[in-house]
Amino acid sequence: MPNHPSPPGSASPAVSRRALLTGTAAAAGIGLTGCGSVAGGLSDKTRVKQWNLLAGADGAVMTEMHDNFSAEHPDIDLEATTFGWGTPFYTRLVMGASGGNASDIATIHLSRLKSVSPATLLDPITLDELKAHGLDPADFPEKIWEKCFVDDELYALPIDTHALVNYYNKELCAQIGVLDAEGRLIETSGVEAYFDILRAAKEITGQYGTSLDTLGGWRQFWAWYRQADGEMTFTDDDYEMDDDKALAAIEVMYKMSEEGLCPQFADGGQCAANFENAASAFVQVGNWEINRFKLFGGDNPEWFSMTEMPDFFGNRRTQGDCHSYVLPRHNSWDPEVRDATIEYAAWMLQHSFRWGEGGGHTPAYLPVTDGTDYQALQPNAEYSGVVENVQFDPDAWFSGSAARLFDETGGIFNQVYGLQMTPEDALAEIKSRIETLLALPNPVD
Amino acid sequence: MTVNTEAPAAAPAAMTRPPTPNGAKKKQWAGLWFVLPFAAFYALFLVWPTFLGLYYSFTDKSLTGRPASWVGLENWAEAFGDERAWAALGNTAEFTLYSTPPLVILAIALALLVNRARKLGWFLRMAFFAPFVVPVSVVTMIWIWIYQPDGGLLNHYLQLLGIQDAAAPTLWLQDKNTAMWSVVITTVWWTMGFNFLLYLAALQTIDPNVYEASSIDGASWWRQLWHITLPLLKRTTALVIVLQLIASLRIFDQMYLMTGGGPDRATEVAIHYIYISGFEGYRIGYASALSYVLFILILIISIFQFRLFSRKED
Repeated sequence: MPNHPSPPGSASPAVSRRALLTGTAAAAGIGLTGCGSVAGGLSDKTRVKQWNLLAGADGAVMTEMHDNFSAEHPDIDLEATTFGWGTPFYTRLVMGASGGNASDIATIHLSRLKSVSPATLLDPITLDELKAHGLDPADFPEKIWEKCFVDDELYALPIDTHALVNYYNKELCAQIGVLDAEGRLIETSGVEAYFDILRAAKEITGQYGTSLDTLGGWRQFWAWYRQADGEMTFTDDDYEMDDDKALAAIEVMYKMSEEGLCPQFADGGQCAANFENAASAFVQVGNWEINRFKLFGGDNPEWFSMTEMPDFFGNRRTQGDCHSYVLPRHNSWDPEVRDATIEYAAWMLQHSFRWGEGGGHTPAYLPVTDGTDYQALQPNAEYSGVVENVQFDPDAWFSGSAARLFDETGGIFNQVYGLQMTPEDALAEIKSRIETLLALPNPVD
Repeated sequence: MTVNTEAPAAAPAAMTRPPTPNGAKKKQWAGLWFVLPFAAFYALFLVWPTFLGLYYSFTDKSLTGRPASWVGLENWAEAFGDERAWAALGNTAEFTLYSTPPLVILAIALALLVNRARKLGWFLRMAFFAPFVVPVSVVTMIWIWIYQPDGGLLNHYLQLLGIQDAAAPTLWLQDKNTAMWSVVITTVWWTMGFNFLLYLAALQTIDPNVYEASSIDGASWWRQLWHITLPLLKRTTALVIVLQLIASLRIFDQMYLMTGGGPDRATEVAIHYIYISGFEGYRIGYASALSYVLFILILIISIFQFRLFSRKED
């Protein structure tokens, strides 16, 4: 017998005591997994949990700003988590907030404010709180500030305006001869005039004229469609759009790809890499890549510059959005955490000079952008006009950055760039997708 | 000890314990304590959600936390009439059809190879099984790089060999005709190791005397394969096919990470559509109904297949 049985008298109590301990430990384990905040409350620091979707080059700048914030606020324990951009982030935010267990503060795109159901999933912010932390409604551009309200409640604090811009490789552009006396990209008018530059660029690079994110086609489409004054409006079960103008915008994509002036396929990473490796002389992508390109230059961070989107249909309008802070719904707020959370948001806005310089975004906080330091920033000053030219996505629950309209049409535009779908078919497909989305019950009504 | 003689004959002596007058019942309760952690998790995270999902499928439950109301069979009716849901099920079936045969046949072939290899056996065993332990996020990232149209490994070599024109690179994951196959190839590379291991284990249980006897009778390697090896592997094959079908019908990760359901929904599979309905569209009620439709389909296929094989066994 390998195991000698215990003497009858003592066996049973021993087993049950051990069993009891096992059971208690297991029960404790179950309890603890659900209450992370209990553990956090034990330290004397106030913990502020932040969730963000800034997985790109601007995310590194935000992390750097967080380090500065933490150094200045030793009593606040800032715990920031970055999720994959787009759907992965928004699904987590919505699921967390629906259980009341999301972070204390989160970054979203302002265009998505209505789609995350503020009435049930977000907590409103009071003006008194903001004033207590040195913020004032007059510190923000009126056009953006108004978008932060839903049903007369303030749900968002705008951080910045960001938009599609046009980056250009200075050396290659000098070779093509498209820089003016001050070394800036010349302005063109019309699609053909710009395509001529791209053709010349293609000659030199041997690959493409420009690079762009073929999976983010909605942004380019919306920029060009809005340049042509195209409107898109949604009602409960109907919509209006201008087919001719939409077709003209989609044809730009198809022709550009057909002529080999841009890649048939490039995701966000490859689209930036094409520009860095001089496979293209231009890249039409968001201003958030500025930090990546500066770092790529090493000793020569000024190897590139950036300007507004080229004028294709009579102006230089571009697609854009605003990052903003929101407070996911809490079952209950600890007053200290709430105070620290607003303090964090206020500090980040007041120090958003770095956000503009490093992240390339135009800060929404006017005391920063009105400052002489900011106005002298290069190349930011060269594309400062985007703030006036930025076009926000149409107003519907399925619209906005990384929302379903963006995703569904993005897949179609990717097919257009891949020359697998003609512009006519693409337009018909887009309209059918919009009709399907309209037929769905509105989940945030 | 008279008690020992009363124990069943099959029970080894070491298993029996001297009886304690009042301890028998308490020992049974002690066992429950050990099962409790798992049972609690199982009940909380599997049994309860399963029933909750069934209940939700009859409501318009929304992720936004708005009050849900009973809608009867509305979600179910919508699910059966939803073209996109059927297209997604069709894509799931297509993936299953493409992926299952190579996952079974290649696994047998490689197991036979390793079983014969003497000196390199350990290396091949490791090499064939190694991909299986890599997490899906890493596997898909590697393969996305391989399939990258510009500068990807696959197109690079195809162009070196002169099979592909550099001006018209194949968009493996973005072309309707190649996207599904690209994911199938990735999946075969990734998960074949498991089936391979099952077959290898089964091969090693076959008595070598059977082969010796047949070779004395003059049977060639092919005859041995067809008339000895494969018939003796039949039970393993049945198991592998059942496991493989269920795994393939549940496909989601690779599709979501590699193609995102594109191009133009050509690779949008059933679970991806459920995910879109529930988490992007906030319609938990409808997504629950869709999940149950898939659940019932997998159940029917499994039962059908199980009966098919058990009848053959007889």
